[in-house]
Amino acid sequence: MRQSKYTPRTPLPAGERQRTSAMIASLAAEGMPTVSAPFGHALNEVARQNVKIVGLTADLSKYTDLHVFAKQYPDRFYQMGMAEQVMISAAAGLAREGFTPFATTYAVFASRRAYDFICMAIAEEALNVKIVCALPGLTTGYGPSHQATEDIAIFRGLPNLTIVDPCDATEIQQATHAIAEYQGPVYMRLLRGQVPDVLSEYGYQFRLGKAQTIIDGRDVLFISSGLMTMRVLAASEALQQDNISCAVLHVPTIKPLDAEAIRREAGKSGRLVVIAENHTQIGGLGEAVMRELMLNGIHPVCKQIALPDAFLDAGALPTLHDQYGLSVSKVASRVKYWLGE
Amino acid sequence: MESKQTDLQMLGHHAYKIRRNALKMGQVQGQGYIAQALGFSDVLSVCYFHALNYRADDPEWEERDRLYLSIGHYAIALYAVMIEAGILPENELETYGCDDSRMPMSGMAAYTPGMEITGGSLGHGLGIAVGAALGLKRKQSGAFIYNLLSDGELGEGSTWEAAMSAAHHRLDNIIAVVDFNNQQADGPSQEMLWSEPLEEKWQAFGWHVQRVDGNNLAELVAAFDTARNTGTDQPRVIICNTKMAKGVPFLEQRERNHFLRVEADEWDKAIQILDAGRA
Repeated sequence: MRQSKYTPRTPLPAGERQRTSAMIASLAAEGMPTVSAPFGHALNEVARQNVKIVGLTADLSKYTDLHVFAKQYPDRFYQMGMAEQVMISAAAGLAREGFTPFATTYAVFASRRAYDFICMAIAEEALNVKIVCALPGLTTGYGPSHQATEDIAIFRGLPNLTIVDPCDATEIQQATHAIAEYQGPVYMRLLRGQVPDVLSEYGYQFRLGKAQTIIDGRDVLFISSGLMTMRVLAASEALQQDNISCAVLHVPTIKPLDAEAIRREAGKSGRLVVIAENHTQIGGLGEAVMRELMLNGIHPVCKQIALPDAFLDAGALPTLHDQYGLSVSKVASRVKYWLGE
Repeated sequence: MESKQTDLQMLGHHAYKIRRNALKMGQVQGQGYIAQALGFSDVLSVCYFHALNYRADDPEWEERDRLYLSIGHYAIALYAVMIEAGILPENELETYGCDDSRMPMSGMAAYTPGMEITGGSLGHGLGIAVGAALGLKRKQSGAFIYNLLSDGELGEGSTWEAAMSAAHHRLDNIIAVVDFNNQQADGPSQEMLWSEPLEEKWQAFGWHVQRVDGNNLAELVAAFDTARNTGTDQPRVIICNTKMAKGVPFLEQRERNHFLRVEADEWDKAIQILDAGRA
């Protein structure tokens, strides 16, 4: 924590400082393959088959990759302006008339600003609206106005709403198809721009509502969602150097939770369970998993990698991920520390 | 177009029946949003017996005009008119607000045939209307979306987001109807968050605006006809100045009547006065 709110956080010389504009840059590590705008292109594929698909945005098509859809299907795209409440309400109205709206904005605006409208106009009647939101958790260095560190905590309490936190480009593409086929309201966290492609090399196929073991291992079980799955996969590889064998159970659907898979994997004895999420430690995957284990008498040694219960700093994303423990090296070092406890 | 006297008599009769149904429902609970229902009955009579295109036995008929009640607490008034219109059976009136009723105190789409949306949070209806109006245009439907709002609801900023949006998208298939009764939960609207000058506001937001005496059937009929038939590509609003508890003078005189308490012996008296006034 900073000494005073006016004290610089990292007193590095100018040449060595990372720039906040790295926020717009990809989350990909160097040399990692990426896919451009996976959501936008996948939505175009879905829309080709399904004429009921329409797109809405609140002045953020470019920053949610919906511009790809808008260009391909201009007459099925609605620019609603910087007015999230009416965008969400209008999506409800379009769903009432038989359409399948995909509404996009930033996760902070959907969860904080439009919550009552998502709750009463969409979820209460289980309308077929897909809310797809960029900048989930800590994926921007703009500070709390743009960092949706508590979006899942806000939405988990909402009945009828399915919550999806995909890991990478492959999963975003597959999940876009899956949520379009599913009848009912969905909130999906979005990585946009040049999105890393990690899961395709594991032959992964997204299934709505299902957690899947990506790799198996004997010492550590990571239970992770969203971008943290790519971080724990990389950390697992690094930990192999120290002869630490890690399993990764990827949980892209936060609600409804695949409790059966979580109980099965966490119930195998002898592994340290580490739940990793790009979200505040309150009300997200970590608490959801721990509740499931506690209520079912499964008591492994359990640790959580998550964001602190705090408004986070502004700055460059790689710096912040390191600072708050989401980076590969921080994940690996904490696991080693916990195993040595 | 001048309305025929016989039509106005017919609308007056329906308005009387709506008031009577509402009082009967109020009597079940002993209190409630009865003053709004009495004040808005003339508007609802014109909606259901002059303006709206619907089939009483098929509330989801695709070509129907949609009526969105964002003011969920006016549900008592909507049940009253839907009973009069044959959409709901009269014998359910006595279940209003009771366990297992299809007529909860705040209107909800999942409970009641003909209740299009779940209102009550306020500031939602007009935004949903924007999306539905876009959807109807996509389907090349000629149906209208009516949204019933109240003056208090105009305090919700989302209503004005939706108002901007409707004009921006040229949604000439939306007709907003504002019940201006100058009464909110904590007192007169002018002491809460004053919305005047209202015609100028809606005009500035790009709407076709009319303001009428909401308890004058001839004015209402003319306003609804104009709203449906005006040639402009603007969304339309009819601001209806109404009197809370209209039709039952001793209730009209009560000052704080947002959630009206009526003594047990006063309900029959109110119905008698209503019946006498009709004669």
